[in-house]
Amino acid sequence: MAENPSQTTSDVPEVDLRNARLAAFLAWLVPGLGHLYQRRTGKGLLFMITILGTFAYGMYLGGGRVVYASSTRPPIPMGISRQAIARAFENAGRWHYFCQLPVGVVALPAYVQAWRVESGKAPLDLFGDNFERPPYTPLDAERLFPNKSKTERDAEYFQTKDFNEEIVYHATEQQKWNHDLNYNFELGTVFTMVAGLLNVLAICDARWGPLVALPPPGEKPDNPGTDKQESSE
Amino acid sequence: MNPLLLTLLPLAAMTERLWYALPLLVSVSLVYAATRHEEVPDILSHAWRFALWIVVFMGIGALVVQITTWTLR
Repeated sequence: MAENPSQTTSDVPEVDLRNARLAAFLAWLVPGLGHLYQRRTGKGLLFMITILGTFAYGMYLGGGRVVYASSTRPPIPMGISRQAIARAFENAGRWHYFCQLPVGVVALPAYVQAWRVESGKAPLDLFGDNFERPPYTPLDAERLFPNKSKTERDAEYFQTKDFNEEIVYHATEQQKWNHDLNYNFELGTVFTMVAGLLNVLAICDARWGPLVALPPPGEKPDNPGTDKQESSE
Repeated sequence: MNPLLLTLLPLAAMTERLWYALPLLVSVSLVYAATRHEEVPDILSHAWRFALWIVVFMGIGALVVQITTWTLR
């Protein structure tokens, strides 16, 4: 009972967290899955629909391009030299991914794709469109697609057409995505980041139960069961 | 037209983008409320109050930015 402060006595609704650590892991893996495992079906479905819905809408807005990892190397400076700190910032280029990652398995392909591109392998063809792969630099494109001519690579990854059908040249593919998707790229990034951060709350709820504020003395609590239990400890 | 009202025109032109805040408002308030309650009626009533607070907070933020725009002219 001491390990699970949200468990309550028999006269009030119980919150049985079962194996709370496993539930937290499942909640990270798929939003809401931890709560379904804990038989908190309503909350599980609510988390699943809202968090995955927010993530999916963000992906839709961002044309499926807003979730990617810029590097698999951790953005930790190895030393205190200026070069080490600069390299760490370089690795943290797509820092938004650290907020998207808590949404679980749907954000994991980005890490695999970044690892493959770093290793000189072509990204996996998930859902027919290199799902969650990082944007290429001209060097990446040359390394990954040596059989294609420079003109073909440029046309596919670094050029786009504007409203007047004029060709616009981009230095990197990320600039092309920003150009093509306009503010939807930022919106999609924000939506997917919010989804990840919301799942952090859901993971904490699966691990420790609902966060209940103790009411002032003499006031009726919102959740009588959990409040009563916590106040008695 | 009143020059002060003219400063509101760019805001009015971007009003449609505010609709993007609606799904975020719904999901954030529902998830936040769900981490504080177990029963659905409690969750919904907390989410409604929390959503109102967010709207009020956003309104205050917009007002402060607008007043700053007027005073800096």
